[in-house]
Amino acid sequence: MEHIVIIGNGISGVTTARHIRKLSDHKITIISAETEHFFSRTALMYIYMGHMTYTHTKPYEDWFWKKNRIELKKAYVEHIDTDAKSLKFADGDTMTYDKLVVATGSKVNKFGWPGQDLKGVQGLYSKQDVDQLEADAPNNKVCKRAVIVGGGLIGIELAEMLNSRNIPVTFLVRESSFWNGVLAEGESEMLNRHIKNHHIDLRLSTNLKAIKADENGRVKSVIIEETGEELACDLVGLTAGVSPNIEMIKNTGIKTDKGVIVNKYLETNIKDVYALGDCAEQQDPAHNRPPIEAVWYTGRMMGEVLAQTLCGNKMAYNPGHWFNSAKFLDIEYQTYGWVFGKKRRPDYEQHFHWKHDDDTKCITIAYHKESRQFLGINTFGIRMKQVVFDQWLTEKQDVDHVVSHLKKANFDPEFYAHYEKDIQSAFEAVLQRV
Amino acid sequence: MNTPNPSMSLTKPEAFDLSTKQRIYVAMGMIGLIILALAAFNVTFPYRPLALTTALVLIALGAILFANDLYLGKMEGIKNDGVMFKSISSRGIWAWISGIAFTSFYILLYFRAEWLGLAKEGAENTGLVALFDPLSKLLNGNPASQWFVYGTLYTLAILVFGYKFLLKYRNNSYQRLRTFSVMFFQLSFAFLIPEFMSRLNSESFSLPYYDLKNIWPLNYYNFEQYRVDDFISAGNAGLALLIFGLLSIFVITPILTYKYGKRWYCSWVCGCGGLAETAGDSFRHLSDKRQFAWKIERWVVHSVVVFVTLMTTAVVYSYLGEDSSTYWLTKSTFLIGVGSLLTIVFALVMIFKREQLAKDAQYGAIGYFVIIMVLIGLHYFNGSDLFLFRAESLRQYYGFLIGAIFSGVIGTGFYPIFGNRVWCRFGCPMAAILGFQQRLFSKFRITTNGGQCISCGNCSTYCEMGIDVRAYAQKGENIVRSSCVGCGICAAVCPRGVLKLENDGLKGRINSNDILLGNDVNLMDLVNEK
Ligand SMILES: Cc1cc2nc3c(=O)[nH]c(=O)nc-3n(C[C@H](O)[C@H](O)[C@H](O)COP(=O)(O)OP(=O)(O)OC[C@H]3O[C@@H](n4cnc5c(N)ncnc54)[C@H](O)[C@@H]3O)c2cc1C
Ligand code: SF4
Ligand code: SF4
Repeated sequence: MEHIVIIGNGISGVTTARHIRKLSDHKITIISAETEHFFSRTALMYIYMGHMTYTHTKPYEDWFWKKNRIELKKAYVEHIDTDAKSLKFADGDTMTYDKLVVATGSKVNKFGWPGQDLKGVQGLYSKQDVDQLEADAPNNKVCKRAVIVGGGLIGIELAEMLNSRNIPVTFLVRESSFWNGVLAEGESEMLNRHIKNHHIDLRLSTNLKAIKADENGRVKSVIIEETGEELACDLVGLTAGVSPNIEMIKNTGIKTDKGVIVNKYLETNIKDVYALGDCAEQQDPAHNRPPIEAVWYTGRMMGEVLAQTLCGNKMAYNPGHWFNSAKFLDIEYQTYGWVFGKKRRPDYEQHFHWKHDDDTKCITIAYHKESRQFLGINTFGIRMKQVVFDQWLTEKQDVDHVVSHLKKANFDPEFYAHYEKDIQSAFEAVLQRV
Repeated sequence: MNTPNPSMSLTKPEAFDLSTKQRIYVAMGMIGLIILALAAFNVTFPYRPLALTTALVLIALGAILFANDLYLGKMEGIKNDGVMFKSISSRGIWAWISGIAFTSFYILLYFRAEWLGLAKEGAENTGLVALFDPLSKLLNGNPASQWFVYGTLYTLAILVFGYKFLLKYRNNSYQRLRTFSVMFFQLSFAFLIPEFMSRLNSESFSLPYYDLKNIWPLNYYNFEQYRVDDFISAGNAGLALLIFGLLSIFVITPILTYKYGKRWYCSWVCGCGGLAETAGDSFRHLSDKRQFAWKIERWVVHSVVVFVTLMTTAVVYSYLGEDSSTYWLTKSTFLIGVGSLLTIVFALVMIFKREQLAKDAQYGAIGYFVIIMVLIGLHYFNGSDLFLFRAESLRQYYGFLIGAIFSGVIGTGFYPIFGNRVWCRFGCPMAAILGFQQRLFSKFRITTNGGQCISCGNCSTYCEMGIDVRAYAQKGENIVRSSCVGCGICAAVCPRGVLKLENDGLKGRINSNDILLGNDVNLMDLVNEK
């Protein structure tokens, strides 16, 4: 019986383990230093907001692991000896493996800001981060103002969290408009307004210069690069992205760059060592996809594939059409295919943008200027069906087909107002102008 | 698996404390309740209509202003901030206090109505019941009973908490429409119409009190002798009602459930469901999500169905005659009829739906077997004694155990402890029958949006029926569960737009995926092919 050891009990590691169990009888051990059991990282915000308890975030009941003969070990792996095929733990313990899966996830980016390690300065990634936040920002008497640095998906979540406890938030965003490195202009601007409507003090084109301490080594204020302004605060949230959590791997023979380098079979340079999820970096990523994909779905997809390989059915990670989703305060966002923001947009990519008057719903459809082939869609405040877009993208439908059949893709609850007609007439109006 | 942080202190954590304004509104409602409580302790108010109006208006206004303050200042969207911290919604001290208060009220209502002031035959009401006399006389011409008091408060609760619900979910048309619907059905069908109907009664003409939307077996007493006699003696109108009662369970219910799932009843029409959805909304996350609870649920709820079927059969059997002189239906034709109907249903299910039933088939088979054996026994013992129990005592046990203790005292009294749908999930025979059909023969399902689920767990947490929605959603599987009441809250709270309640064809309704949408197509085909 082969012993497969997985470092990391996030979605990547756990999906791998579950599928190995479905396919085989191998001995499986999952190691994590974070929590005893798998929980949903994407739900961390809801614990602090009081929508759920930590227990609710666990997708499987605690008996699940034993029943499926998946062994769990709560410990920190300090070193991997790939020659002896053994792991060394922080407490001195060791463990041998036949095959090793590295699924160590990400860590929070810090860009060397003065004061970035002070008390009251934190990121939002782990269960421990949420516990820390609960301690440092339980209410607006203890935490009179919070400053969030970095306008991405986690930054907006942190802003929403603090807002739920009526803690005033100043949100420093380097870009000229919220997340416009990814989103199209109209979308990003709508979100700027939405954020402000929630009484969040959004500062665009603003960088952090330094974080200042009080006499106890706690944060007391931040200095803003552009203006030199000093903002008093009791908490600083660093949410300027994440990067692979591979410090520990760097002093092993396993090849790394930004992440652990893997080929499309998720194999590293060392035999019997594999990596996936947030910590993996693809040698040659599939079309348009970044080499490091730090999202939930791709971790799960890689896990499904890797389990096949580990059980003797060698299979490449070959993801289908890109999709993702997020939520910006009250506005849901889904994306299918590729819609690029200004910075990365290729010449041939043309956008059709429609926005509802209530300023909480909009869509952007990207298509090829010449061939009119449909390339992707961003949808805000209107739910749409993944299967339908997946099919349209595979069939290489043109944009006219997509717009005229948009109703087929609608996934809003029953009795919701429909906007397809509006969207279609807006689209026709654009066509006529051209 | 899902105990919220039981904050036993009255104040922590401050972030989710009530504002001063909100405290004032709570106090208003409390004063209204105190007036009622004082009445119950026999404080006599000089001018009763005024006292009653003041009490009811204070309660309603307190709740309405509270809801306005809570929701109107915020943008539309999900409003579950602090649910797991607030004492009332996280099994804290306020939850226990209110749970015990509600429960005591139910116990008085069912077993000690005289303590509430219900008069003995002929005498004048006193106390709380007397306080409601003016309203009762206004509506139906007679003094109040404890059930009138209960009905009024129940309706008031659905209306004011319905208003709160409407504000909370004002971004969601599905939630709004179905809440208007339960508010309407409670106010008209459950409350006003029966009261007006009883105004029509005279010495020569008397209809039984009939809430038309209250269908057997939820309304387990609908076919008892006194009611059937009343129906029949009331001529055509009565007969029409009796026939309506039969049609509603045997014809109307199956058709609507086929088209829309059991939600048409459980979360659009039913009064128990109505209270659970409105007054119980703050407690929906307290339902037990463990797989263990699901096992118990299946045994308990199906036993209740068997119990109510037997009880009703025995009761009807006991008053039917040997020949067709009193009722055209005789004892033996009735038994044969019930037996045949059950046999047909059982046979059809076993022939056409066996593979979908899987493990549940044994429950069905056992239930069916028990019922048939008892029917034979009934015939053999000629109804006088049913395995030692008389039909009448069977009815009394049912009324006591299921009707009073389960649906009232535990089901509603303990909302703040066990969640708001305990009765609907574990006890309601109507829900079980509708659920059985929903599972096997209905177009309703909750569709999952490909691979978009992030396993966050909001859906499972807020499913009042304790369904682990996430377990399906994260596998890209549709949710087809007999207990789902179609409240649509899972879909409403999902932050990623993964779930949609739908009525669609029967084909592909139950799907199961090993590999989710998002991977390359070959892998999906390879793995999902079974
Ligand atoms: C707040 C937040 C919200 C998010 N929301 C979304 C979203 O909405 N949609 C989306 O697609 N993605 C979202 N993400 C990203 C998503 O959660 C990650 O992509 C995903 O969790 C990565 O999974 P993983 O299994 O690769 O790694 P992880 O979940 O990070 O798991 C790695 C585990 O390994 C442990 N570990 C690391 N090193 C060691 C060691 N040496 N010894 C022992 N244990 C170790 C870590 O402690 C960790 O528990 C979000 C992330 C965050 C932080
Ligand atoms: S599964 Fe969804 S719709 Fe069904 S009862 Fe649960 S929350 Fe309501
Ligand atoms: S279906 Fe929605 S609410 Fe449920 S776990 Fe998935 S993402 Fe969360």
